[in-house]
Amino acid sequence: MLKILKYSFYDLMRSRWSYVYFFFYLILGFVLLFLNNDVNKAVITLMNIIIVLTPLIGTIFGVMYYYNSKEFTELLLAQPINRSKIFMGQYLGISISLTLSLVLGLGIPFIAYGLFKSAAIFDFGLLLVVGSFLNFIFVALSYNIALSTENRIKGFGYAILMWLFLAVIYDGIFLISLVVFNEYPLDKFSLITTMFNPIDLSRILILLKLDISALLGYTGAVFRKFFGTNTGMLLSMSILVLWVVLPVLRMNFKLRKKDF
Amino acid sequence: MIEFKNLHKRFGKLTVLEGLDLAIKKGGIFAILGPNGSGKTTLIKCLLGMVIPNKGEITYKNESVLRKWSYRNDLNYLPQIANFPPNLTVFELIQMVKNLRQKKSNEQELINLFGLNDSLQKKLGNLSGGTKQKVNIVLTFMFDSELIILDEPTTGLDPIALIHLKELIQKEKTKGKTILITTHIMSVVEELANEIVFLLDGKIYFKGSIDELKKQTDNDNLEHAIANLISKQYA
Amino acid sequence: MNYKCLFFFLISTFTVSAKQIEVCNTCTVKTIKEAVKIAESGDEIFIKEGIYKEQDIIINKEISLIGEKGTIVDGENIGSVFIFKTDNFTIKSVKIINIGMSYTVEYCAIKVIKAKNFTIEDCILENVFFGILIEKSKKGIIRNNVISGNRKSEASSGNGIHIWDGDEMEIYNNELFGLRDGIYFEFVKNSKAYQNKSYENIRYGLHFMFSNNNKYHHNEFRNNGAGVAVMFSKFITMHDNTFKLNWGSASYGLLLKEIYDAEIYNNLFEENTIGLNGEGCTRINYKNNTFLRNGWAIKIAGACYANIFESNDFMHNSLDLSYNSKINDNTFENNYWSEYTGYDLDKDGIGDVPYRPVKLFSYVVNRTPEALVLLRSLFVDIINFSEKVSPVFTPDDLMDNNPIMKRIND
Repeated sequence: MLKILKYSFYDLMRSRWSYVYFFFYLILGFVLLFLNNDVNKAVITLMNIIIVLTPLIGTIFGVMYYYNSKEFTELLLAQPINRSKIFMGQYLGISISLTLSLVLGLGIPFIAYGLFKSAAIFDFGLLLVVGSFLNFIFVALSYNIALSTENRIKGFGYAILMWLFLAVIYDGIFLISLVVFNEYPLDKFSLITTMFNPIDLSRILILLKLDISALLGYTGAVFRKFFGTNTGMLLSMSILVLWVVLPVLRMNFKLRKKDF
Repeated sequence: MIEFKNLHKRFGKLTVLEGLDLAIKKGGIFAILGPNGSGKTTLIKCLLGMVIPNKGEITYKNESVLRKWSYRNDLNYLPQIANFPPNLTVFELIQMVKNLRQKKSNEQELINLFGLNDSLQKKLGNLSGGTKQKVNIVLTFMFDSELIILDEPTTGLDPIALIHLKELIQKEKTKGKTILITTHIMSVVEELANEIVFLLDGKIYFKGSIDELKKQTDNDNLEHAIANLISKQYA
Repeated sequence: MNYKCLFFFLISTFTVSAKQIEVCNTCTVKTIKEAVKIAESGDEIFIKEGIYKEQDIIINKEISLIGEKGTIVDGENIGSVFIFKTDNFTIKSVKIINIGMSYTVEYCAIKVIKAKNFTIEDCILENVFFGILIEKSKKGIIRNNVISGNRKSEASSGNGIHIWDGDEMEIYNNELFGLRDGIYFEFVKNSKAYQNKSYENIRYGLHFMFSNNNKYHHNEFRNNGAGVAVMFSKFITMHDNTFKLNWGSASYGLLLKEIYDAEIYNNLFEENTIGLNGEGCTRINYKNNTFLRNGWAIKIAGACYANIFESNDFMHNSLDLSYNSKINDNTFENNYWSEYTGYDLDKDGIGDVPYRPVKLFSYVVNRTPEALVLLRSLFVDIINFSEKVSPVFTPDDLMDNNPIMKRIND
């Protein structure tokens, strides 16, 4: 597996898109920090971008890599290697190279700006952790879609649709149902609904740092427990881990029966 | 050496292999023929473990291959379409496959044979289809394995490379290797094959030597003999 | 011993109007009560180092009570300790501990009834129910005291400095924590509270009721259960105060209820659930305040008229402004909003397009508080944007026409 990972990683690290992605974050980081001169504002803007963009890029890279390397994968499949190792290697290769683009791209400007002296380092660190999680989650999800869809146009379509659903539509339905069922106690419902969407979950994790003063305005006891103690942080983190583990497990399950 | 027993495979509603039984002996060149969609590639992929049969058993050297992978160490495969990671160089790709197989290899000889020395440091994404196929052939033949499976090996090759390939196949044959070929080019079959298997609608329609086929169909030309086989079926 | 007594006697005969009475475990006068009993107006009682277990010391003479380091009066959780019913007194450097809790009587460390011209300074009041309780008094100075309690619930705790019906009081440099309200003013006028630190109190850091013409400034209110509440009062000036880290569902940096004609300037509201909550506030000028990282910078709950918000900094609040009605009679002008995305093409430092501080989302959250979990979601940004383009639910005339491009009160 490590060998496959190594080569997928080399391959991606040399691809133009990895650099585009890396420079995008690099420039974004520098622009936000040096034109704005306000770390707090930069962190908030970054959060908005990371929450929406990393899932999108992860999805696109995942599907694209899968379909583009399909024939090569077949060559690998004829080699004496376990199937799931091939795919896990590729999966990790993509996820790690994307994560590296993100972490280095944003890390360099922030270090250049003197982040270590700033109190925002924890917010920023959390942002990178969440971004990395989103990479791993969405590459896994898109690999699942690609594995289940032979037709690459359809596969692309489904993957983009999934992103659109989780990034926008889900929250729309969520908000509307909150407003419609206004009279019912909604605290458990809203927390659970959040857990079922990795983008919302990551957002909540960041909110716990950035907007804790607002979140503590809730009256419900469930909310108080969730936001007021470390429960929220721990629970969100572990569910985020689940969001990586479950798609990866399904990937392996799917692979056992998949024909190439 | 290889045995397929009662092999069934369906893709959705489409039945590709239906109760196929086939035994292939050690040594010699074995051509698998059949019209498009007759199940040639599926059969090979079943053997390679890329397609998982719905029912049936496959053994290689008397051991089941289903859900195993280590048997592939003694098997070389040339896929139909060669497509490699575009950002790796030829050299890196060869190193990678060597790394994966951990087996003695003679790639340099083959690289010289196909004149790939100049392309070694090029990225695979920049190579022409023919050159890619040459790389593909190098990757297949550089290991010493008892079984070699070639799926449409002649695609995109220039005549010189084609001659080299045929020589290569003959050479392997003389070493006592078993070689499985699928192809549409009958001249290649006629030139190389010891035995042919004719597949139609997921079943074996004919198995034997070329001469036997010609005799059975009462036809001197192989292409016509095969056309005859098909038309009989649908008559 | 005798010699000492004689000495005292001599001194007291020389300075007829002011003699000093020493109290200590080894002195002739062993208790404070005894000292008060023998003292006359103008005398000073010097309470020497030691623990005095005394309660209900009633003082009705114009005297000074001075303690030294290590002077501790223990109320033994029974009742009040000092009760002053006189003008012109001073109490200084006394440490008073353990004031008993009661649901019916307001036991306190120092009680002042109908007094004027008095000073309470440098005292440490620890584990108190009420700290200093002042009734119907005027011209008092309360300074440099540290007052603390360790009560758990609102009902079982008392206030640090509680003034009921006061005039011209001055309260400064005090530190108050672990109480119900740090400072409580009820029917107090012409008074000042400044440079106090009030934190970690169960209810309010500072609480004003029916108290007109007062000023408070340079105070710090931090981490109180419900922040600072100023209610039913007129002509209040609040400036240079810090309100921070007041977190909770009914928690505010500053709660204003039925306030008229107030001036609120140069204050810092930082990381409160609600920075400033206004209900029934009229003719209030908010100027040069900084609202930093609050949940809601300002929440206007209704019936607020003719308020002017000018030159304030609104920075990184989850929501800048929340309104529960579509009607607006308040003015927002020349503020800095970190959320502002407009441009300044003519480079005059003022944004060329107006800023709308009320988002559709804050309207939604007002109606459905649970929706807050969707804060900063892409969908919310989209609906906010569409509301910004054509306001339907939010007051359409509520905007800052001249938003400033850079921080004002840096």
